[in-house]
Amino acid sequence: MKAVVNVYLKEGVLDPQGKAAHHALVSMDFEGIQDVRIGKQIVLTLETEDRVKALEEVKEMCETLLANTVIEDYSIEIL
Amino acid sequence: MGDLAMQKSPLKVAILRFPGTNCEFDTQYAFEKLGHSTQIIWHKEESISDDTDLVVVPGGFSYGDYLRSGSIARFSPVMKAVGAYAKNGGKVLGICNGFQILTEAGLLPGALKRNNDLHFISKHQHLKVINTDNAFLNQCKSGEILHIPIAHADGNYYIDKEGLDRLEANGQILLRYCNASGEPEVVNGSLSQIAGICNEEKNVFGLMPHPERALESILGSEDGIKMLQGFAL
Repeated sequence: MKAVVNVYLKEGVLDPQGKAAHHALVSMDFEGIQDVRIGKQIVLTLETEDRVKALEEVKEMCETLLANTVIEDYSIEIL
Repeated sequence: MGDLAMQKSPLKVAILRFPGTNCEFDTQYAFEKLGHSTQIIWHKEESISDDTDLVVVPGGFSYGDYLRSGSIARFSPVMKAVGAYAKNGGKVLGICNGFQILTEAGLLPGALKRNNDLHFISKHQHLKVINTDNAFLNQCKSGEILHIPIAHADGNYYIDKEGLDRLEANGQILLRYCNASGEPEVVNGSLSQIAGICNEEKNVFGLMPHPERALESILGSEDGIKMLQGFAL
C-alpha cells in the first residue's frame, strides 16, 4: 500500500519559491495565473493493507516529522 | 581583550554534534577563549551530564538540511536529554542550525523558513539588541547595535500573530536585523526582523547570527564576545 503525502506552506504564509515561479511564468507571458504554491510530495510504501491503520500512522508521521505544522499544512492520500 | 578578565567562574559547556554540524569547533574555540571548559557531545549520546552549565546546539547543516533544516536532528537521541535538561531550567543556546533544531523540537516557538529571496545569505550584519533581561544578553545594552556574521538559507522567522504578541509582551525578542544606524532592515524576510528569541522561561535561546565568528576585530568584529560572555555572570 502506498501513502502519498503533500506538504505545503499554510495559506497566509509567504511561499517565496512559489512567488518566484509565479513571476517567471508571468514573464514568459503565461496569463491568468492567480497564485503559485510549491510544496513537496512524500511517497511512503507501507507493509500494512489496513487503510484505516495506514492513515492513522501516516497522520502521526506528518504531525511529528513530515510537516512542521507551525508553517505547513499537509494532505494524505492512501493508494 | 581586558574584558575577558571579568569572567567569574568557568562554565562547563556541552556542544552538540550531529552528522553535518560544522560550527562545533568555532563554538568550542569561542567558549574556551572565554575561559570555559567545553565538551563536544555526539548526537547518539542519551544523556547530558548533570554538572553541565550550558548546552550549545551549534551551526551547520545537520542531516544535510533534508526535509526541513533541523527537522531530523531534533529526533536524535541527545535531543531528548536536551529537552529534559531545558525543562529542569538548564540553559540552552542554539546558533543558526541550532536555532532551527530548537524550533523544530518545540523548545522555542515559531519556525524558520527559506529566506524570502531564496538566497543563502553570508555577510556581516548589524543587529539591534532588544531585550537584555536574560542570561544571554545581559552584557549588552538594550538598543545597542552589534555587528555579527550571518550565514543561512533558512533564517526567515515565522510565528502566528498571537505568538508574536506573546514574544513581544514577555520580552522574548532578543535581536532584530537593522542597518548601521539601527533602523529595521529586511534581510531574509523574518517577521518583525527577528534574528533571535528565547522561550518564555528565558533559559532557551536561539539566534541565526554567529557570535562565535565575531571574537577578533582583525576578523571583522569582536561583538560576539559580549554576547557569549553573558552566560558566565
